Amino acid sequence: MKQLRVLVLSGGISHERDVSLKSGRRVADALTDAGVQVEIREPDESLIEYILKSKPDVVWSCLHGSVGEDGSIQDLLELAAIPFVGSDADGSRLAWNKPVAKVIAARHGVQTPESVTLPRSTFKELGAEAVLKLVQEKLSFPLIVKPAKSGSAQGVSKVESASQFSKAMVDAFVYCDQVLIEKVVVGTELAISIIDLGFGARALPAVEIEAIDGEFGYQERYTPGETNYYIPARLRPQEIERANEVAVTVHQALRLRHLSRVDLIVDSDGTAWFLEANVTPGMTETSLFPQSVVADGGDLPEAYLSLVHAAARV
Amino acid sequence: MSETQVGSVTNFDGWKHAYAARAANLSVSEVRALFSVVSRPEVVSLAGGMPDVSALPSDLVDQAYNSMMANRRNYALQYGGGQGDLKLREQIVELMKLEGIHGSVEDVMITTGSQHALELLADLFLDAGDAVLVEAPSYVGAVGIFRHKEAHIEHVFTDDDGISPEALAEAADRLIEQGRKVKLLYLVPNFANPSGVTLSAERRQQILEICRERSILIVEDNPYGQLYFEEAPPKALRAFDEQGVVYLGSFSKILSPGLRVGYVLAPPAIREKLVLANESAVLSPATFAQMMVSEFLSVADWQGQIATYRKLYKEKRDAALEALEQYLPNIQTTKPKGGFFLWLTLPDGLHSKEMLPLAVTELVAYTPGTAFFGDGRGANNIRVCFSHPTAERVKLGIQRLAKVINLQVELLETFKK
Repeated sequence: MKQLRVLVLSGGISHERDVSLKSGRRVADALTDAGVQVEIREPDESLIEYILKSKPDVVWSCLHGSVGEDGSIQDLLELAAIPFVGSDADGSRLAWNKPVAKVIAARHGVQTPESVTLPRSTFKELGAEAVLKLVQEKLSFPLIVKPAKSGSAQGVSKVESASQFSKAMVDAFVYCDQVLIEKVVVGTELAISIIDLGFGARALPAVEIEAIDGEFGYQERYTPGETNYYIPARLRPQEIERANEVAVTVHQALRLRHLSRVDLIVDSDGTAWFLEANVTPGMTETSLFPQSVVADGGDLPEAYLSLVHAAARV
Repeated sequence: MSETQVGSVTNFDGWKHAYAARAANLSVSEVRALFSVVSRPEVVSLAGGMPDVSALPSDLVDQAYNSMMANRRNYALQYGGGQGDLKLREQIVELMKLEGIHGSVEDVMITTGSQHALELLADLFLDAGDAVLVEAPSYVGAVGIFRHKEAHIEHVFTDDDGISPEALAEAADRLIEQGRKVKLLYLVPNFANPSGVTLSAERRQQILEICRERSILIVEDNPYGQLYFEEAPPKALRAFDEQGVVYLGSFSKILSPGLRVGYVLAPPAIREKLVLANESAVLSPATFAQMMVSEFLSVADWQGQIATYRKLYKEKRDAALEALEQYLPNIQTTKPKGGFFLWLTLPDGLHSKEMLPLAVTELVAYTPGTAFFGDGRGANNIRVCFSHPTAERVKLGIQRLAKVINLQVELLETFKK
């Protein structure tokens, strides 16, 4: 049987380049263990020509951030008729834009925290003071401020009072010119990974995230030892089941495929609140998707190979 | 990954309970991760303090390598002594004469870059809570070592003539009065990293006196001394005091940082302990790299090469200053007469670390000022390193930096931070 050739894309010039390089290496290692012929490549001016010439059986993009998750690379791969692992361009675009993903999820009956999305120009035109005053009056603290399109918790802040608001806005706007301001839902933070090989989306065991020092920012995500992950989550079985249903609903509503990770919060009433969906979940040694695969009794090389096969079938 | 199973809790570090307390600050940092983009060709990196090794002709390196393999092959591939190769130490003694230093070959020890010498010294002298006096700002690698040793880092006021003697005496006396043991004064007196400033000859004498009176050991780190643009800097502090100064030198800037060869000249008692510590840490510094340096000094025109570097870095410094004048005329900058760095002071309210993501988007990288302080200062400073990109790329980088600063100013004005 001919050995499958997979091109893994990682790196790039996004803010998440470092994470992407690590993800790419982990995916490549697992696929190599599965017997696949793997090449890792960074996106650059020669990439398109290289792909067209070498015609890999499948491309697996581990590019985090804009080019990798906003549908751009997926659009180009679709144009080039090269099969690839992960969601298509439209699905990627919808998930990458957090406010849009929230709207779609809500239209499918999923609860998502009340929020407002504002571009930088609004603050310039209408005056930041007036805008923020209205937001805090209507949504009330504590609030989460985050870039509307970004990953790895970069530029995300929790705002407890008016004095912290401006700084949080600036911290978010340095990543993206549109900011999502969202009400905080207190509860259990879950990451639910979805596998979807073309026969229906399936939720893998939910991972509960407990940041040891109270925050789950960039440092806590990527420094081993700084966050506790519980599998299964310390919730009632029916709450986990409900959260899984919500995650699958979101995955389907956004028309994602192959793999995704849906982040939720389950409040004290057992309601699962949708926060965001990731079409290129992290694959590093501390990432949540690989954890869920292993917790599901799976083997990473085998699981990743099945994703490659699913992509090749498309 | 195999530890993650249903019914389990993991933090991906099964040894978290076992680390020494000082390991607590060894965490992944977002800023560090952002720096990963500097290897991309689209990005103009004004961040890392890297020499322009492309200006080192291959034939000079080949000469050194061929001579080493022809004459000292087996020696170069073997373990060496903990103090380092004798011939290289003799050559270093000659080299240090350029800085006005007369030292004994017996008191020189080779290290894995001068960074390793600093680590060994810090390990030798610093208990948790001991005070180290440093410039404001100070070299990030030194701040990191001192922080890791859990020392108290005291930044002393520094201006265009280097560290202030008055402020130094005041800080030392205050700390002593507080019951601190003030062990070391760490200085980069020539074309300092990150400020680019040079300690004046007059102040050198005053500082020697202040430290002598208070029994504070001076660690003089001089990687840039030979890279002057017009005239040589004043003689090294070590030239005037054999017992009170430990002198660190390096081949990273005048030859290659890839070889990782540095050296330390210390008073005999300290040197004795340093050799034991060096042996304990690495058995012997890399013989192969030492031989490359030694052969380079023997067979290549290294002084001619240093002259080439001086001319090259001066052109780049000029390009940087010209671009600053053109694109950021209101930004305050130091005007170094040698070395690799400019130190910029941004308008009040701007935070250089916070705007780094914006810089990455605009394809320029720099080092935020906070990296050069152990006490959180430097928020509105930027270190610009002009040594590595071409002069044209330096200008482009500063043009992009200007855009970043203007965008950030506009953002701050919007939110009136």
